[in-house]
Amino acid sequence: MAATDAQTSLRHAFGNVLAFFILILIGVLAFSIRLFSVIKYESVIHEFDPYFNYRVTQFLTKNGIYDFWNWFDDRTWYPLGRVIGGTVYPGLTLTAGTLWWILNSLNIPLSVETVCVFTAPIFSAFASWATYLLTKEVKGPGAGLTAAVLLAMVPSYISRSVAGSYDNEAVAIFALIFTFYLYIKTLNTGSLFYATLNSIAYFYMVCSWGGYTFIINLIPMHALLCIVTGRYSSRLYIAYAPLIVLGTLLAALVPVVGFNAVMTSEHFASFLVFILIHVVALVYYIKGILSPKMFKVAVALVVSGGLAVCFAMIAVLVAMVASSPTMGWSGRSLSLLDPTYASKYIPIIASVSEHQPPTWPSYFMDINVLAFLVPAGIIACFSPLSDASSFVILYIVTSVYFSGVMVRLMLVLAPAACILSGIALSQAFDVFTRSIKLQLPSLSIDSPVDAGDGSSESVVPDDTVKTDKTEDTQKERTSKKSRSRKSSSESVEKPSSKSQIKKRLSVLPLETSIIAIVLLVLLGAFYVVHSVWAAAEAYSAPSIVLTSHSHDGLHVFDDFREAYAWLSHNTEVDDKVASWWDYGYQTTAMANRTVIVDNNTWNNTHIATVGTAMSSPEKAAWEIFHSLDVKYVLVVFGGLVGYPSDDINKFLWMVRIGGGVFPHIKEPDYLRDGQYRIDNMATPTMLNCLIFVETDGKAFDRVRRTEIGKKHFKLTHFEEVFTTHHWMVRIYKLKPPKNRIRGKTKKSKSKANPKTVSKRKELKRNPF
Amino acid sequence: MAKLIFVFLTLIPILCNSFTPEKTSDRRILVLLDDFAVKSSHSLFFKSLQSRGFDLDFKLADDPKIALQRYGQYLYDALVLFSPTIERFGGSIDAAAILDFVDSGHDLIVAADNNASDLIREIATECGVDFDEDTSAVVVDHSGYAVSATEGDHTLIASDDFIKSDVILGSKKIEAPVLFQGIGHSLNPSNSLVLKVLSASPTAFSANPKSKLTSPPSLLGSSISLVSVIQARNNARILISGSLSVFSNRFFNSGVQKAGSPTKHDKSGNEQFFTELSKWVLHERGHLKAVNVQHHKVGETNEPSIYRINDDLEYSVEIYEWSGKSWEPYVADDVQVQFYMMSPYVLKTLSNDKKGRFFTSFKVPDVYGVFQFKVEYDRLGYTSLSLSKQIPVRPFRHNEYERFIPAAYPYYGAAFSMMAGFFVFSAVHLYNK
Repeated sequence: MAATDAQTSLRHAFGNVLAFFILILIGVLAFSIRLFSVIKYESVIHEFDPYFNYRVTQFLTKNGIYDFWNWFDDRTWYPLGRVIGGTVYPGLTLTAGTLWWILNSLNIPLSVETVCVFTAPIFSAFASWATYLLTKEVKGPGAGLTAAVLLAMVPSYISRSVAGSYDNEAVAIFALIFTFYLYIKTLNTGSLFYATLNSIAYFYMVCSWGGYTFIINLIPMHALLCIVTGRYSSRLYIAYAPLIVLGTLLAALVPVVGFNAVMTSEHFASFLVFILIHVVALVYYIKGILSPKMFKVAVALVVSGGLAVCFAMIAVLVAMVASSPTMGWSGRSLSLLDPTYASKYIPIIASVSEHQPPTWPSYFMDINVLAFLVPAGIIACFSPLSDASSFVILYIVTSVYFSGVMVRLMLVLAPAACILSGIALSQAFDVFTRSIKLQLPSLSIDSPVDAGDGSSESVVPDDTVKTDKTEDTQKERTSKKSRSRKSSSESVEKPSSKSQIKKRLSVLPLETSIIAIVLLVLLGAFYVVHSVWAAAEAYSAPSIVLTSHSHDGLHVFDDFREAYAWLSHNTEVDDKVASWWDYGYQTTAMANRTVIVDNNTWNNTHIATVGTAMSSPEKAAWEIFHSLDVKYVLVVFGGLVGYPSDDINKFLWMVRIGGGVFPHIKEPDYLRDGQYRIDNMATPTMLNCLIFVETDGKAFDRVRRTEIGKKHFKLTHFEEVFTTHHWMVRIYKLKPPKNRIRGKTKKSKSKANPKTVSKRKELKRNPF
Repeated sequence: MAKLIFVFLTLIPILCNSFTPEKTSDRRILVLLDDFAVKSSHSLFFKSLQSRGFDLDFKLADDPKIALQRYGQYLYDALVLFSPTIERFGGSIDAAAILDFVDSGHDLIVAADNNASDLIREIATECGVDFDEDTSAVVVDHSGYAVSATEGDHTLIASDDFIKSDVILGSKKIEAPVLFQGIGHSLNPSNSLVLKVLSASPTAFSANPKSKLTSPPSLLGSSISLVSVIQARNNARILISGSLSVFSNRFFNSGVQKAGSPTKHDKSGNEQFFTELSKWVLHERGHLKAVNVQHHKVGETNEPSIYRINDDLEYSVEIYEWSGKSWEPYVADDVQVQFYMMSPYVLKTLSNDKKGRFFTSFKVPDVYGVFQFKVEYDRLGYTSLSLSKQIPVRPFRHNEYERFIPAAYPYYGAAFSMMAGFFVFSAVHLYNK
């Protein structure tokens, strides 16, 4: 027996070392699969929001944390300005800033940009390790490793964390998984130490991403589920109560959350469950000290009284929530619950493509084979159902719902899908390899103990009766939740017990097992191929540099940076540049010019003003822009090279958002028979609006595949000052008011005079 | 934090390269004439210019060698067009060149006449003055005509309907009516740049006196302007008169008696009127400059790069007026400063110390954002001053709030007593078995 023990512990140690190296390799894989963007393009910050984060990080590294906290940015949202410190989730910035600071203190002189570019890949390695930890808590290390390797290359997560994609989600997914891990860990161990760590992890999540509300709703849901299904335990109390108290206090420290942590309905669920768990704890305590008879009497008393109080409180709560105009829910959260809410009431939220519901193919694109493995994982989680596995099930169910609402939240689904698929795969491998092992005598002699679990319990396969017995007792214990404090060892036992059932019941034929394993490996291989393809081709484009392959080779469109460079070199440092809000962050970060609106869409009226200007005729647009001190207008036109997300395609949103605030802008004016068209069938309003001017000089639009309805523009209030190489970005300058005002007599060419003359009068009519 | 750079914006940047009071000695004026006879017949007007230090350069309007600029530099500071009949200028000058001359901040005096050419009319139209489209029409006034020896067709009219502005016409009141004989023009009422300096009486109309009036005249009554001035947005000034002879020695010297008026003046108002008007047009009066805009917190002297909400600040600006020889302090009590962000949050009238310095102090409003100090000073006859200086206003820093709010002491007490109570409870609970 001693020899077996020594052998077992040796195997155990060997397994740990192997797992450690596998984890390191997973980290390397997670990091390196995200480097395609750097290799194929260059080491740049991607897209829109990352540019803002980059700019904030630069500010942080230059001026320190206090100035960052108090930063009033006068270069965006002119003339309102923006209090950056109080409106930004600082987690990402502080993380990258700290990384940079540590590297610099170690005399590794990396630029801030380099650190920012590589923050996301580094944190995706962390995220896969966190997944390992979480899944290990649920179903043992084998499932953990599988889940970790799946997460390291799940396309959905890659799309948000390639090198250069320096956005909140890059660190938030790690924080999300790690918080869940610590919650499960606390739940399994009942340790107050982990509970404290858990609230700190939650604090980091709150710092990082607005998606923290997912945690603060999911964990109460799980606690409630445990209570309802009769699984209440002191461990649950320790996992839940400190998190709510400490977590809420810590969350309120983040300026952007502040009093929202106790004031908005997103957090109310946690408080309700918090009250409930105390009531339940009290009931269990009373139950413990009273005789069963007395207890029944007490229940009858308390329930009648308690129900009345509860109803009163719920009524008060409902009344309070209902009295606030948006029912206390912010627009983004409301659009989660009612998918049609945003498109009905908040065009600015609906206008963002990542706020749209996803299509079916995007599930296949983003989580690929995981979509098929998840159901198997759910089944695996039910046998047996523990606190931890019920949490995972709840996680997948809610995240599937949320991902169906908003394409962006596919990102929350991905870790859940990876965890469940990891569990499914590892369980399947378990079954098949064991079937093979049992049928190969030479092997089964060698290894009477299953390698996967580190259980010291000696299990002899033939001794079915005995196994059955232990099986039953274990099952009983699990279902009764009467586990001892040493539940950590039990959680390791659980998989073993389950594998024993399978071992006994489902010994599959050798050939079937081999074929199944081959098929599973093939499935995995397909996933790897798809993920690498997605990482290399689909999700690596930085979107500020575009490429296209055509018959005569590769074309690179670097028009955005060309335009921003032009602005920064040819305009005054205090000039204001107006553009649709998509380009606001890039303009401030790359051109260092003041913008009117940017991607932080906090002021709908201001955006509507710009939208109105863009959809107004030239003169009205000039007046609006002039009242905002705008010097230059930047528009994006993809018609020449076929770049689809240009301002003309976004134009209907400008009209909708503008019309939401200024009712003289009406969407039907821009549509011909309900159709959006820019050819000669387009409505006159459409052909005369400012945004249409950007098509000037081109006859054919390759995005819309139509001929442009109006080809020559004579601009009186604007002048074109710059057009990039591929015409993608065009910059117009506002002309100063005319030096003289012309009289109105004669000259056939001066037919349009009354307009010019009446300019002064109309100057007073601006939207403010 | 990025260095904040403030822009000092003024809409009179042209000052530097055109109207240059610093070199008053050699201010050159190009006078274009139809023929040199005008030089002697209008010598009184020219002399008054010369006596004020202007260097007049007389040229025939169709002289092929005339040019306004050479190598991109304007040769003259002002242009006098006493050539109403010219159809085509000589040399490189055309209507567009003259308008460019104005748009680059130079002054212009245009005199039309009964037979004004299309070219002159076009220049006038471009400046916002519409001469009667009927080329044969002149201003006729059967009740406001000037009494003369010969009972004429009442085209020589005496007008005393001046603009009421001391800045434009000088502080001395013009007693005698101004004699006028020529064509009338109309102004667009919505055009804020054009001013009617001398208008016709309500009984005047514009028609051909030789023919019988068949249809109602297009220009009627006091809407007819006889002499108008324009101050362009770049403060270039233009004088447009419907008559050349109003500048002539004959009109300057002749006596005048308005029909129906018992008083007979020995000398018409023309000389005083046009001399004073030319002073205004040539920037000898009514030209303001604003310099030395300063603002700082009360008790400090350095200009901050950013203000905090509720700061007290002082603002000052120096405004001077050009007297023809030197910059004199401008004295007025109606200069206002706005603290502006999309709309004025503070509007204060500046007090002045009679030495040209205007100042005030106020409290920054409780709103953060990018504000501007704006001085928009538009007064009749004066150049428009438009100053704006951008300054951001930030909210409180995290450590600028009150640390302890008196009203919250019960809550502090509650929190700390709770902590103490919990500590005692724990100690008792744990060690009191």
